[in-house]
Amino acid sequence: MSRATREAYRDRLLPLMAEHPELICLDTDTGLFNADYVTAAGDQYLNLGIAEHNLMGMAAGMAACGRMPFVNTMAAFATSRALEPIKIDIAYNRLPVRIMATHGGLAAGHLGPTHQALEDLAVLRVLPGMTVVVPADAAATEAFVEQSVDLEGPLYVRLGRKPTPPLPAAAPPVIGRAQTLREGGDVVLACCGPYPVLACLAAADVLAGHGVEATVLNLHTLSPFDAETLVAAARPAPLVVTVEEHWRSGGLGGAVAEALAESAPTRVLRLGMPDQFVDEVGNQEHLVDHYDLTADRVVRTVRTALDQKETIG
Amino acid sequence: MTGVATDTLEAVAARIRAHVVDMCAGPEGGHLGGAFSCTEVLTALYFSVLNVDPERPDDPDRDRFLLSKGHAAVGLYATLAERGYFPTEELAGYGRPGSRLMGHPVRAVPGVELPTGSLGHGLALACGFALAHRYAGRDARSFVLLGDGELQEGSVWEAAIAAASLRLDRVVAVVDRNGLQLTGSTEGIAPMEPLADRWRDFGWSVREADGHDPVLLAEHLAAAPWEPGRPSVLIARTVKGHGLPFLEGRAASHYVTLSERNHARALGALEDAR
Repeated sequence: MSRATREAYRDRLLPLMAEHPELICLDTDTGLFNADYVTAAGDQYLNLGIAEHNLMGMAAGMAACGRMPFVNTMAAFATSRALEPIKIDIAYNRLPVRIMATHGGLAAGHLGPTHQALEDLAVLRVLPGMTVVVPADAAATEAFVEQSVDLEGPLYVRLGRKPTPPLPAAAPPVIGRAQTLREGGDVVLACCGPYPVLACLAAADVLAGHGVEATVLNLHTLSPFDAETLVAAARPAPLVVTVEEHWRSGGLGGAVAEALAESAPTRVLRLGMPDQFVDEVGNQEHLVDHYDLTADRVVRTVRTALDQKETIG
Repeated sequence: MTGVATDTLEAVAARIRAHVVDMCAGPEGGHLGGAFSCTEVLTALYFSVLNVDPERPDDPDRDRFLLSKGHAAVGLYATLAERGYFPTEELAGYGRPGSRLMGHPVRAVPGVELPTGSLGHGLALACGFALAHRYAGRDARSFVLLGDGELQEGSVWEAAIAAASLRLDRVVAVVDRNGLQLTGSTEGIAPMEPLADRWRDFGWSVREADGHDPVLLAEHLAAAPWEPGRPSVLIARTVKGHGLPFLEGRAASHYVTLSERNHARALGALEDAR
């Protein structure tokens, strides 16, 4: 069943707060938490108003005094507006603040570029000690929220907005460990986030029909990056294709290219948002189609690249 | 709780200033003017007001202090050393390779709660301390020293709103109102008077005092919160570079690398003032 990752997080947090009194949910009037939730959470929920710098600063101060704040804002505001307190107050001090960022990637849909975050992964994964994860569905979100309680240092979780489809059943992902969803020796499809992972799984099916066997890696954790699993998968393959809801620079494609350039030079083709701000109106699914982050594009990209290689070879 | 009972706060402040002068005569220089304007505030806090113990820097019940105007690090380092957090001899390493005394406060320095330097961060952090203490049922207070130029940062006012709305009356802010920022007067660059009214309008309890009278400052700060349910802000009327006739009241005192001659001149001026 389709489910919004932000709602999966919200609903998992409530019982977790009951178990762990040091947890606190700090809101910036996001509208994610209704009156019943607020009542149930009691004093473990606080709406601090629309002030993201203050949100991050107060969360850091609380974390320095033994609390574990889950801070809530949109990915766009967390990682652009509030980047400095995230860097200085949270990351520099290695404080266990959980940054729960909704509307990641193209999830803001028709709300436009002010509310879309297509740079968040690039910006945050370079901060020392910052864990950056992109759950691909509700189940993964719940797993990450549970694991976060025992995680040291700060954590950024990129969440969506509207319901997105679940991945095929698999063992729950573990923060920091790439998830191999399918194995094949001809190409590695590396991806993160709901639509990119589903696109890669669908593309792998189609490619298999053409005799091309694909490994599909869900690289849900951009930092710390599981280069070991990636390199092992890429060594026998002549091609790696990355797919993400992010500008093509600096995000997952960047992380993959960096890791492979150092350890297993392989051709890397990066599929992502082109070098422009979104100028199309529509919901997330429409934008994913419009900017062609689709299974069909993955198939075309892989077949073209492998054909070229055969011709050249 | 208090510092050295046998010593006067004025004598402590004089020693802190001498340390700052020495540090600003080092290879990198330092933010002398803003350190001198808040010397009595730091002295009053660390030698009279704050419930802190250098022997137990991690005591969860301690009061917290943040130097939000982190560029006055030389003043904080001198104060912490005088208070016994580390030997005063270590101050000679300020800004030099191998030392832990960076140009802005870092956590590696005993007594520094959190790093500061980028302006507009301290008040939100202090509010976070205070809120966490409230949840933990601790009575500790959270003090933060703001620069007056720093008040141009919008994040200060985000935190000011939060402190008042959450009724964080264990938050105590001090504004080092020296009237000068790097290139000129605060009122010429971005006027903020009537400053006390601004804070009152944000829901704070406000007092003003001579920022170079450590006894008076200590009395005010010890008595906070002044109104139950309201955070407190003390506007300390100060002079940038206070105590050095050739620098005081001048924006040029903001960052100073003292020559050998001016180093001696400055120490002489401090000696004369005793």
